[in-house]
Order: sequence, then structure tokens, then C-alpha cells
Amino acid sequence: MPEAVIEVEALGKTYRTSVKQPGFRGTLRHYFRRQYREIEAVRSVSFRVERGEVVGFLGANGAGKTTTLKMLTGLVHPSVGRARVAGHEPFRRERGFLERITLVMGNKQQLLWDLPALETLRINAAIYRIDEATARARIDELSALLEIRDKLREPVRKLSLGERMKCELLAALLHQPEVLFLDEPTLGLDVNAQDSIRNFLREYNRRHRATIVLTSHYMADITALCERVLLIHRGALIYDGELRGILERFAPYREVDLTLDAAVADETLEGFGELASRKGRNARLIVRREDLTRTLQRLLRELPVSDLAVKDPPIEQIVGRLFREGSLGGGAPAGSAAR
Amino acid sequence: MSPGAAFLRKLRAFSSTGVALFSEYRAELLLWSLAGVIPLIMMGVWREASATGAFPLDPTEFTRYFLAVFFVRQATIVWVIWDFETHVVSGTLSPLLLQPTNPAFRFVVWHLTERLARAPFALAVLGIWLLLFPDAAFLPRLGDVCLAALGIAASFATRFMIQYAFAMVGFWSERASSLEELWFLVYVFLSGVIAPLDVYPEGVRTVAAFTPFPYFVYFPVQLLLGREENVLRGFAVLAVWWVLGYALYRVLWRRGLRHYSAMGA
Repeated sequence: MPEAVIEVEALGKTYRTSVKQPGFRGTLRHYFRRQYREIEAVRSVSFRVERGEVVGFLGANGAGKTTTLKMLTGLVHPSVGRARVAGHEPFRRERGFLERITLVMGNKQQLLWDLPALETLRINAAIYRIDEATARARIDELSALLEIRDKLREPVRKLSLGERMKCELLAALLHQPEVLFLDEPTLGLDVNAQDSIRNFLREYNRRHRATIVLTSHYMADITALCERVLLIHRGALIYDGELRGILERFAPYREVDLTLDAAVADETLEGFGELASRKGRNARLIVRREDLTRTLQRLLRELPVSDLAVKDPPIEQIVGRLFREGSLGGGAPAGSAAR
Repeated sequence: MSPGAAFLRKLRAFSSTGVALFSEYRAELLLWSLAGVIPLIMMGVWREASATGAFPLDPTEFTRYFLAVFFVRQATIVWVIWDFETHVVSGTLSPLLLQPTNPAFRFVVWHLTERLARAPFALAVLGIWLLLFPDAAFLPRLGDVCLAALGIAASFATRFMIQYAFAMVGFWSERASSLEELWFLVYVFLSGVIAPLDVYPEGVRTVAAFTPFPYFVYFPVQLLLGREENVLRGFAVLAVWWVLGYALYRVLWRRGLRHYSAMGA
């Protein structure tokens, strides 16, 4: 069996949070008789990640992705279940564990705001006991890969968001961690900066065979980096497998692109499926998967079709729809899809 | 790398970064130093009062006392609870918790380096006051200076430890600094910042002796002025309070980490 770097078994986290009704009466009641409710942020999540894998963690806001990452990095104590990362129980926060992992949060920074990033790097080198020559070599290598060599001597507050994020990555990777947890690493960055960070992560993974667990709202991050995705919904893991498998499981329709030899009325086309777009003799139809074969036969038989192509809808569209609707419709029941 | 060498390297890295950081805040440091002139204002009040009434100290002694208070206060100021609170509330405590070093190390070293950056401003303020009250100038004995240095170090260590223990309440409350504000009220009254304990009624002095407050300011000041009679007891009391602060910190730290939900992170 390949070496598992992350092993998670029935992991769960329940938070207790106070509830306040609006208005003055609500405030008074909240002051004298505070009420609480329990929120099950993560429910019995189990999975394994092998060395060198790049895994995308997908889910809507509040689905439980970040809480899971916090548990895997030892920041949050799980309510139930167990987790082992790089051979350690995260919450014990042993030196050996902390030296082998890193967590990069797109919305939080470890860099000292008023000083150049090099100052933070010096501190990190000392904390992780990296000798000066090695630290210098790593800073050279990583800053070249990230294309920020000339930015390390400028105060962090003067850097652009993209440059800051790159410096954050450099600071987080100086100790050459084996396991990288990245929570929205491209949040708020422009397209070029996003692309540059994706390329860097791909290269870092290739060079160091690092294991990467990544959450992102940008599907481009996931499609560019991850072969495998974990889909989390309302705290439960509902899918664990290849990115393409999401289409099979959660896309109940296909797109059919048609080129017609002669004019056909919209009403006629709508008899074959949902007409998504129409441009002259080109049309796009949305057809339910179970009707696809029959519909294709009918189209070829009944219409003057000169060209026809069947496509999957974009993965972004599927995942976006899954999260927007807040329900998985005909998808597999929670847990059953996990491999 | 041996643990000792690793520790020294870490100390060096944090110290030099701390100096760089506080050099960036020179204007703020000047203002903070000026904000610490309460003892010098109180000096004016007590000089005037002692010139007209019967007090255990004469105007010159009052002046020396408050100049020493100003100096001790500048050397023992602690603000860690506000720093820690900001880190908890903003979620930036998480990156610190993920590093294989206790965040306390960073806070301690940066408090100490801040002293270095603050020193020129504090000495300038002290110099100006000595120019205004030349009769208060005195040369302390070397032995008193050494004892006072130890007293100041012990005072800072204890005050830091207790405030850091209070800071751990930040794991549960977003306004842990309110605790320090309450503590500071008693501190101002009983530590000797607004008046030497000699002028307090006997009952207040007796009660104060059971608290750490007089040992934070009054004790090191008395050491510097060569007037402390019970040196060992002062250090012993500070040590006991340091241990109590440390024990409280350990308990709250362990429980707090379990409770921490990495706010906003």
C-alpha cells in the first residue's frame, strides 16, 4: 500500500455558539440568559492522502473545509475521530510535526507588515533551525521560482497583494515542509498572479514530492493542480475521487452542439431539450443524460444536422450549481461516494 | 545545531528584527515615553505639598523618588495582553501557533528590544527633568544600581508573566485587555506610581504588602535610592507571584488551545 501522509478517520468538530435575537429585548435576553446552539462544522470525515498527491478540497462557504484544515494542522482540536499527519497527531503540536507541515491562508499573513519580507525569513530560518547557507540557497531558489527576488528588501506594506502572497508562500515553505495546507492561496489575486502561484505550486510539488491539500473558490486552481478532489457539503464528505468523476456523478445533463444545414425554428429545437443558445444555424441544447442516446438518434433522424458534438458542461458550472443550490439533488447520499 | 546555539540564533534574529521594527515606530515611541510622565506630574504635586506640610520625604527626596519611578516604569512597561488579543481577534495567532516555538518567546524578546529603542527618548525626558530640578541629581552607589537592575528585571518578569497569564483569557473573550485595565487601576494606586508608599496609612501599606503591586515599582525604586531595608523579602515576593502567574498561564494556555477556534482564519 502506498505511503499515507494524511490519514483521517471519522473526524468531526462541533462548535457551540451563542444565539441572539435582534432588537433591544433580544439584547437584554442575551445579556441575562444567553442561549447557545451547537453547530456540527465537520461530520465524520474519513480519507487518506498519499505522499506527493495534490488534493483539492471543494465546498461552499461554511461547508467545513477550513475547519478540517485547521484540525489537520493542529490549530483546532477535533470533537471526535482521529487524524495523523506526517506520522503525528496534529493537535499535540510536536516540534517534529510543525517542522514538516505548513499552512498558508490567503486571508491571513505571517509577514511583518512594516519590515521587508527578508526579516520574517530570517526569523523563520532561526525558528526552524535552518543554517544560514541553506536558508540563503532556499530563499534564492524559491524567490526565483516565484519571481520576487527584487521584492524581498521592500517593506511588506508597499508590496502588491500578489507580491505579498508570493512572499507569504516563500516564508511558509522556507523550512521545506512535506505537507502543504493551502487555504484560498489565490484569494483576491489577478489572473496573472493566480497563474504564477499555480505554476509555482506545481513545480514545488514536482521538485520536492510534497503533498498538497488545497482549498479554493477558483475552480481554475483546482483544475490546474488537482487530479483528486474531496467534496465537502454541510460538514460531510460526499465525494472523494478524480475531478472528472464529479461530472459523472453530479452532472445530470450533457451539452449538445449542433450545426444545421437548413434553418430550423427554435420551437422545433426545444422539442429535443433545453435550448441554451442559438446563433444562426448553430445551436446548443442541454439534454438529460438518460435521454442522450435517444435524443441524438432523433436529432440525426429528424433534423438536417451537418455537425454534432456532445460535451460535458464545464466543471466550474457543475460545482457552482451544486453549492448554489445547497443540495445535491439526485447525487449520491452523504458518505457513499467516498472511496 | 546544538539547542544552545539554536536558542542564541533565535534570540539574535528576534532581537535584530525587534530593533528594526521599533525603529520604524520612532514617533510612537516618543509619544509612549511622553505618555509615561505621570510620575513627573505627581512629582510637582508632592514637591509642593511637602514644602508646606509634614511628610516623611522632603521636596528633593520626592523629586528623586519620582524620577526613579519614571525610570523604573519606562523599563518595566508591559503591553503583551493587547498584542496577544489582537493576534487572537484577527486570527494571526494561527501562523504563530504553527511554528515550532512558543509565541511567548517573540513577545518577551520584543518587549526587551523595545526598551533599547525607547531608551534614548526616556533618557532625554529624564535629562530635561534633571535640568529643571538640578537639586535632585544624585549618583547612586554601584551596589544599589546592581540591586536595582535586578529588581527592575524581576519586576518586569513578574509583571510580564501575570499579564501574559491574563492574556490567555483571550482564548475565551475578545476583550481580555479589560482585565489588565482593572488590574492597572490597583497597580497605579498601590505600586507607588502616584505616591511613595511611605505616605500611605499603615493599614493600606499592610494590605499592599500581600499584593505584588508595591514590588513592581516602589521596591526597585527604593533599591535604586538605597533605601530598601528588606531586599530578600522583596525578591521572594516577586518570585512567588511569578510562579503563580506561570502556573495560571500554563493552565489557561493548555485549556485555551483546546478551546481555540482560530477566529477568522
